[in-house]
Amino acid sequence: MPHKIVDIKNVVIRFSGDSGDGMQLTGALFTDAAALWGNEFSTFPDFPAEIRAPQDTIAGVSGFQIHIGSVDVHTPGDLCDVLVAMNPAALRANAGRTKSTATIIIDADAFEEKRSTRAGFTTGDPIRELKLEDRTVIYAPITSLTKESLKDSGLDAKAVVRSKNMFALGICFYLFNRPLQATFNYFEKKFAKRPELIAANNKVLQDGFNYAGNIQAIHNTYNVKPAKYPKGTYRNINGNQATAWGFIAASEKSGRPLFCGSYPITPATSILEELAVRKDLGVKTLQCEDEIAGICTAIGAAFAGNLAITTTSGPGLSLKSEALGLAVITELPLVVVDVQRSGPSTGIPTKTEQTDLLQALYGRNGECPMVIMASHSPSHCFDAAFWAAKLALEHMMPVMLLSEGFIGNGSEPWRIPQMKDYPAIVPPLVDAVNDGEYFPFLRDEKRLARRWALPGTPGLMHRIGGLEKDNAGQVSSDPLVHEKMVRERAAKVERVADFIPPLKVFGEQEGDLLLVGWGGTFGHLYGAVKQLQSEHRRVGLAHFDYIHPLPKNTADVFKKFKTILVCELNNGQFADYLRSRHQEFYYRQYNKVQGQPFMVSEITGAVNAIL
Amino acid sequence: MQYTPQDFKSKQEVKWCPGCGDYPILAAVQRAFPEICKTLGYTKERFVFVSGIGCASRFPYYMDTYGFHGIHGRAAAIATGVKVANPTLTVWQISGDGDALAIGGNHFIHAIRRNIDINILLHNNQIYGLTKGQYSPTSKLGKVTKTSPFGTVEHPFNPGELVLGARGTFFARTLDVDMKLTGEIMVASAKHDGTAVTEILQNCVIFNDGTHAHITGKTVREERTIVLRHGEPMIFGINRDKGLMLDGLQLKVVRIGEKGVTEKDILVHNAQETNPGIHMMLINMQAPDFPVALGVIRAVSDKTYDDNVRDQVLAVQAAATIKNVDDLLHSGTTWEVKN
Repeated sequence: MPHKIVDIKNVVIRFSGDSGDGMQLTGALFTDAAALWGNEFSTFPDFPAEIRAPQDTIAGVSGFQIHIGSVDVHTPGDLCDVLVAMNPAALRANAGRTKSTATIIIDADAFEEKRSTRAGFTTGDPIRELKLEDRTVIYAPITSLTKESLKDSGLDAKAVVRSKNMFALGICFYLFNRPLQATFNYFEKKFAKRPELIAANNKVLQDGFNYAGNIQAIHNTYNVKPAKYPKGTYRNINGNQATAWGFIAASEKSGRPLFCGSYPITPATSILEELAVRKDLGVKTLQCEDEIAGICTAIGAAFAGNLAITTTSGPGLSLKSEALGLAVITELPLVVVDVQRSGPSTGIPTKTEQTDLLQALYGRNGECPMVIMASHSPSHCFDAAFWAAKLALEHMMPVMLLSEGFIGNGSEPWRIPQMKDYPAIVPPLVDAVNDGEYFPFLRDEKRLARRWALPGTPGLMHRIGGLEKDNAGQVSSDPLVHEKMVRERAAKVERVADFIPPLKVFGEQEGDLLLVGWGGTFGHLYGAVKQLQSEHRRVGLAHFDYIHPLPKNTADVFKKFKTILVCELNNGQFADYLRSRHQEFYYRQYNKVQGQPFMVSEITGAVNAIL
Repeated sequence: MQYTPQDFKSKQEVKWCPGCGDYPILAAVQRAFPEICKTLGYTKERFVFVSGIGCASRFPYYMDTYGFHGIHGRAAAIATGVKVANPTLTVWQISGDGDALAIGGNHFIHAIRRNIDINILLHNNQIYGLTKGQYSPTSKLGKVTKTSPFGTVEHPFNPGELVLGARGTFFARTLDVDMKLTGEIMVASAKHDGTAVTEILQNCVIFNDGTHAHITGKTVREERTIVLRHGEPMIFGINRDKGLMLDGLQLKVVRIGEKGVTEKDILVHNAQETNPGIHMMLINMQAPDFPVALGVIRAVSDKTYDDNVRDQVLAVQAAATIKNVDDLLHSGTTWEVKN
């Protein structure tokens, strides 16, 4: 019986297995195929901290969720339509993430008694134990079929078994009528020096695809049409890559060489890795001895005239606190990126959270305000990094850019911008003695920015540092000078409000309830607003890319709604901040601190409970 | 350009305690810089002084050069950033024994390991001065201070040993009171490519007065110190009649003219020897059995970090297909949407 091809708009697929099963690569290859097919997509790599966690344990399950669609893909999806479970632990860990209509593809070979027991199953019928009987379950002996497929490949037994993820990928490609060519091309490039691996991977992928077509278990396959994108050239981009590239763009636009001093820390490390590759564009990276050296080398580089950045995650930001104060008092351009993760302390290091906001705002000694910005999606990280660098360089001050593990690792399609459409970045450089002597802390009226005299320039020799100074740059402990300088530095930060875009409202422009968010929750909040609007709820979304200072129209936006609901992946840090900045409003909260992103259904549920 | 010491004096009032060892060090540096400029063809805008926290760390304010007064312990990291960002600058770091070896110990050894082309002046007065008299990582074992009222129970660092342990390419030692030697070493340090560490044995007149007096005192100095110069025999003493020889694997002090020892038997200093064995022994010589070694003890040539960074960038750029950000954004897999 020929199978039926069903058109659907959206589908969510989750690949899951042991942390050594290659689920991240499988997901990435499915993503590439979706991108070339022209779908909208959003991905969510969700993996444990251990590189190779103990086999067949729940804690060791690595997942990669991807949402593809022809329209309205704002998040990686709440629950999945297709779950690939390479072992019993993966099935148990993800059973709750499947829709009741879901198809579950399991590697039947992995469900032997011992391994099922390790995952906590007791009866030999995991599906029934998990009450998944209404799902469509495809028991595919993926491991043994992979072995059979590669028996003449010449690969050793270990390499053969390692290829089983490609068999599973082949099944999924069949399920969604995807061409295999893009993946063949990937193998060809990846294994250019090992042709035997090209042949083997091609074969396993094709055999998986054929297997799915031959068995009677799959009655329908699905067609997710390409999305109607605006004209242009597109690419797939993840948040950390976009962050790195945004800084390179700012370096090109400002003419200031890019320097990154950093120390590896999950989930921020790939920004440093991406920048380290870019020596072709003159980027200098220094992998330091610790987090403190990361920021201190960057401060030195800023003093010497570079666009200096440092990248980290929450625990690293704690270590950088003192040096942040040094950047504030010396009024040097610097961007600090915090790709937030679950805390406190080491917390759940590979899981996402928004729990560093108060640290970013207030975690320094003295009166030490900084501009705080946030990226809200993988591709937005590019613009956020660009604008953070522009503000830092033109206003002569450190800027903190908050990202999150969820968007740092997540990816989405991105219409490639052209650099000619981006503004120039013009730092207030001094290149000669204009009015006699150079005074390091004299300010311009517009931005209150000091001028930047670079070492190496004749006639501008000056000394700056962590001691309080007057506008002329002389060390001073005069009480009134100190208070004046404290106020000037704070005013300079507040002045940034004149240079940032107004807060935009998505959905209803006025109405019953305003969702308020910041950072990586944007997709889920936006998706929730769309859905609530379709249910005739009068709901809008105000999502903050600029946190300190707040956009000037913030109160005007808040005024237009009866209820304000601040949604965050923390215990209410932004809500507390808003309470201190705009006390005239009453803020309700919806919070989640599980190391996991929101689900759209959680947001809509919270809104419906209020309205 | 011909400079005078006056050209390196800033307008800032110098605020160290009267009698502080920092005064002669500052004067020696300000005197040496005209010669450095003359010898190496430098103009003064290329100098950047970077410091951490401590009495010595006020130094940059007093030099009419570019200067950055950092935070406690981080001078080496800040100096590293300055140098890597702009390798045409000549970077001098000023740190005390607490700044460089306690809170900043990690940055100190890693700067040396990388062989960043910076000059580190390590003012070693064996005490915390700015916080008013607590023991430091170089305080002698048993030293009584405010935080060790019954004497310290921890062994001090010998900074030179740390430098060699971190594969340092340059180590020199001088006395705050010997401005001529300090000046000579400043010039050698400036000429050295790589991390050049100079330990300056310094007096703290308030909290650790006389800590180096047993070797710096005018009457004992020539007997208890030896100034090493590359290519010259290791001879010392007020009558220049004592020298160093190897006895098996150990150094020993001998008297020239006694027991058949002639000047020819005395070791000749080779600062350029890559094997650190003899340098380590020289660094560890202590009074009263041995003279304390001063001068440039080690100066071996090796590629610097900043040179390697620059070479790598140039090599990659020569073969690069990505020339600008537009190229970068279009690199890898992309797809067209035409409608």
